[in-house]
Amino acid sequence: MKTDKLSSMGSEPNGSFAALIRKRQTWLLLAGILCFVLLPRVGGQYTSYLVLTFFGYGVALLGFNLLFGYTGLLSFGHALFFTSGAYTVSYLTAKFAIPYMEVSIVVAVVVAVVIAALIGAICVRYIKIYFALLMLAFGMLTYSFLIKFYYITGGDEGMPVLRPHLLGFDLSSMAKMDFLTGWYYYYVLTVFIIATWIMWRIVSSHFGLALRAVRDNPEKAYYLGIDVRRYRWYAFIISGAYAAVGGALVAPVIGNVDPTLTYWTHSGTLVFMTLLGGFTNFLGPLLGGLVYIFLQDGVMSLLHYWRFVFGAMLAFIVIVAPGGLAGAIELIANKYCAKKGA
Amino acid sequence: MILSANEIFKSYGDFGVLAGVSFQIHEGEFVSIIGPNGAGKTTLINVLTGLLKPNNGKVFFKDHDITGIGPAKLSRLGMARSFQLVNIFPTFTVMEFIKLGVLSRQGKGARFYAILKRDREVNEEAEEVAQIFHLEDKRDVQAKNLPQGDKKLLDVASAFALRPEVILLDEPTSGVSTSEKNKIMEILIDASKKMGIKSIIQVEHDMDLVFGFSDRIIALHSGKVLADCTPAEMEKNEAAMCAVVGEKGCFKICSSLLE
Ligand SMILES: Nc1ncnc2c1ncn2[C@@H]1O[C@H](COP(=O)(O)OP(=O)(O)OP(=O)(O)O)[C@@H](O)[C@H]1O
Ligand SMILES: [Mg+2]
Repeated sequence: MKTDKLSSMGSEPNGSFAALIRKRQTWLLLAGILCFVLLPRVGGQYTSYLVLTFFGYGVALLGFNLLFGYTGLLSFGHALFFTSGAYTVSYLTAKFAIPYMEVSIVVAVVVAVVIAALIGAICVRYIKIYFALLMLAFGMLTYSFLIKFYYITGGDEGMPVLRPHLLGFDLSSMAKMDFLTGWYYYYVLTVFIIATWIMWRIVSSHFGLALRAVRDNPEKAYYLGIDVRRYRWYAFIISGAYAAVGGALVAPVIGNVDPTLTYWTHSGTLVFMTLLGGFTNFLGPLLGGLVYIFLQDGVMSLLHYWRFVFGAMLAFIVIVAPGGLAGAIELIANKYCAKKGA
Repeated sequence: MILSANEIFKSYGDFGVLAGVSFQIHEGEFVSIIGPNGAGKTTLINVLTGLLKPNNGKVFFKDHDITGIGPAKLSRLGMARSFQLVNIFPTFTVMEFIKLGVLSRQGKGARFYAILKRDREVNEEAEEVAQIFHLEDKRDVQAKNLPQGDKKLLDVASAFALRPEVILLDEPTSGVSTSEKNKIMEILIDASKKMGIKSIIQVEHDMDLVFGFSDRIIALHSGKVLADCTPAEMEKNEAAMCAVVGEKGCFKICSSLLE
């Protein structure tokens, strides 16, 4: 169809930065992946370790933003799913002696889907601040549950996560950092790429458009035949599953899971990362997660009051650059492109 | 008979708006609902489309009892509406907007792993609708950046994209300049012919449009149907005429006639 190309451009003007990127998106994508692939060879172990953590958070953020950026529901308790994923790995590896990472991921998804379906059935009846607070409540409920039920959950000390087998291979003889920044790094990178690819398909799908409609104007969407509440529920479940996979991937990195994973500040971290990177852009939250992890690492070792620094940053973003880093980059690059074009 | 309202009562709390409204719409009719501000026209549309449950009374559409079943289900049965106030998805492009209606009608809303822009069925049908509504040149413009008239047209176009049998238009030309009003009406009539709409029900304040296009006029006043007749009969019906044309003095006469 002759219009296909045009309609794919969305609403961006032709000379814009986004259009420029779109022209070269395959190359940019491959370049990005290549950087990640080469990192452990050229970037040093510690950097790879941080990026490894980022991959896990990245998956969770993709899910978080499907709900926030695309469906318009801000969850302030999403760490709850991250935690359920992490605890799943701990349970399977340490309690049930099932060391296979693939099994862990699948079970983490199943558990999260069940939890999300139940909690979601209640929460998606509400929107805006009510939804956010309800999720906060569920997050904190889980927190006290994990602390109180010591015999099942290990209480506030949590539970260990044993080194998982990757694709059936037992790698327990490797040194910890070698394992994490070697085989595990590539394993997680692969899952991260697949998860990003799937999420890209979801937001580009019929369903993705329907979710944006629900976000923009629920009443109108309802009249166009979109069952608003049910679609919110679907998004919630997918989002929860993604957060759980993220948690499952991070669990072997931290080596021990404990209730602080579902404390509200951890949910806040997900919100912060997303705002930092920009929720209106598909890759924004990923950028935010990456920058956050490196910033936190840097600032925390330099300054005692890193929370203050982050608080100031958050205020700055909300007031000056509501589109986050991705939004700011786009804005600057658009200006640059416009100048060059003129 | 395709749509009928039977003794509809609706109040917001203690505030009664509809007090026993009944009428029937037949296939092929273009019906205008008129009445002064606050007469309950929009409320009536909300009840007819199942968004609001009436306190009493029933609505039937093609022999289905549709009282309060909700707009989403109703769109699948073949009824759609547009809105009095601009009601758009601000961040959608014109084409995305129409596609949403199309994909919803095709029952593809929950397809989460198909790439929408590669779906030829949806694209072609959306293209068709865009052309009927003369919006094809603005396909990539964001809805929020459209002029008022096009915003209203887009709202209507997306409702038409559902290919309903009956469409309810709540003041499709409100907030639009007089010169544009006729253009919008003509596009609407043309579209409903091309897309096989069986009946149109519109709420309209502009009497030229009402008398120019309608087969039948239903006048609402004080929560009741004051008159239900052809435009020609309506012109002779003094009480109804002054009620809807709305000169202040007339209202009193009409109200007294009602009692
Ligand atoms: N959600 C609501 N809650 C309370 N009162 C309402 C509500 N919606 C409408 N009303 C009141 O009900 C009455 C009828 O409103 P409605 O919008 O149906 O009138 P209308 O005939 O469409 O008027 P207009 O010509 O101004 O569009 C008005 O007095 C209005 O203030
Ligand atoms: Mg009205």
